Amino acid sequence: MNEILDLIAGLLVVAGSVFVLAGGIGALRMPDFYTRIHGASLTDSLGPVLVLGGLMIYAGLSLIAVKLAAVMLFLLVTSPTATYALANAALLSGLRPEGVENTSTDPETPA
Amino acid sequence: MTTLLIGIFLLSLLVITAVAIVRSEDLFSAVMLSGIFSLLMALNFFLLDAADVALTEAAVGAGVATVLLLAGLKLTPPTEARGRSLRKLSVAVIAATTLLMIYASFGQPTLGDPNAPAQQHVAQWYIEKTPELIDIPNIVTAVLSSFRGYDTLGEVFVVLTAGIGVMFLLGGGRGKPFSRLDSRVEEGLSGHLIPKVMARLLIPFILLFALFIQFHGEYSPGGGFQAGAIFVAGIILYSLVRGEGLALSVIPPRVLLWMSAGGALLYGSVGLAGILMGGQFLEYSVLADNPVTGQHIGIIVIELGVGLTVTGVLLSIFHAFAARD
Repeated sequence: MNEILDLIAGLLVVAGSVFVLAGGIGALRMPDFYTRIHGASLTDSLGPVLVLGGLMIYAGLSLIAVKLAAVMLFLLVTSPTATYALANAALLSGLRPEGVENTSTDPETPA
Repeated sequence: MTTLLIGIFLLSLLVITAVAIVRSEDLFSAVMLSGIFSLLMALNFFLLDAADVALTEAAVGAGVATVLLLAGLKLTPPTEARGRSLRKLSVAVIAATTLLMIYASFGQPTLGDPNAPAQQHVAQWYIEKTPELIDIPNIVTAVLSSFRGYDTLGEVFVVLTAGIGVMFLLGGGRGKPFSRLDSRVEEGLSGHLIPKVMARLLIPFILLFALFIQFHGEYSPGGGFQAGAIFVAGIILYSLVRGEGLALSVIPPRVLLWMSAGGALLYGSVGLAGILMGGQFLEYSVLADNPVTGQHIGIIVIELGVGLTVTGVLLSIFHAFAARD
């Protein structure tokens, strides 16, 4: 029983790490700012949730699991808000998403 | 072994971040990178089991200092000024200092060596005597606020002096600092629903956590410095989302000044109370019939003083920067 739980926990942690890695690659390789933060948002939403979930299973029913759950809740609430604020600030400062009709600004970005 | 690997990883990241800070000409990214630097440093401290220092570095270095620097950026041009022709000289000085430091590092004791001077001097005495004399689990708090109470008093006055200096440089007219912010209108991000709702949900917990850090500092990592910084972070979040004016009507400027000075005053008067009760300056043992209880009372009160001063000063500095456009 214990081995199975440990195995599940390990699998969850590895799965979370894969998502973090994918988010990192996305943040580097995506073409423009908005798609990049879309990629990067993976590293602070789904990735940590899976990793923390795995750690909670590993910790069993204890105070540590409750603390991890609090961390998870906190991350779930704050990270998307931060991403929203970031994208919003970029939009307000005049950065247009790539491929959208470029009426003004930014000759640097190829259409 | 794992600790060593993680340590090497973190330290390499630190070096990379430092080089990136030096090389970036855009001040905004330099500030953000210095926030990352502080966060990595906090992780390093945590790896060395210095949880109190890690908490301070994360709250002050990565949190409040970054916000203050960003606020300060409003007063400067956005890019670095072109350098003067002292480049060769400065590179030579830095290279010489680096070589000297690398040379000196060979004389350092290895990490965790029990025979290192730092372990041999007074540390042993603190570890042995804290349970007997003060009886609190967190030895860091015992050293910081009782054994080394003079040093901490000095630090509080340094913080207060820094605050006074910034207020003299940036503050508004006499008796009415930050007068530009007096309007009680909602501004900031108040038009944006998501940050507003999230901030409303989070701020009570941030403030509650600050109070926990403040009053639980004897039993777990934390204390007045960290609590003050976290409290300020909560209020800064409020003023970012709802506007400076509303934040200033929650804690008015006059209250901030009283907090800054009152905290240091509270600390000093605990010291004087020690003299009046027949002991020496900052001797807490005489504050109650039982010396250990006296120590507990003294530590709680001076930590409160530290927290008040740090909160007042940091918030005043933030508002002083925000009041200048």
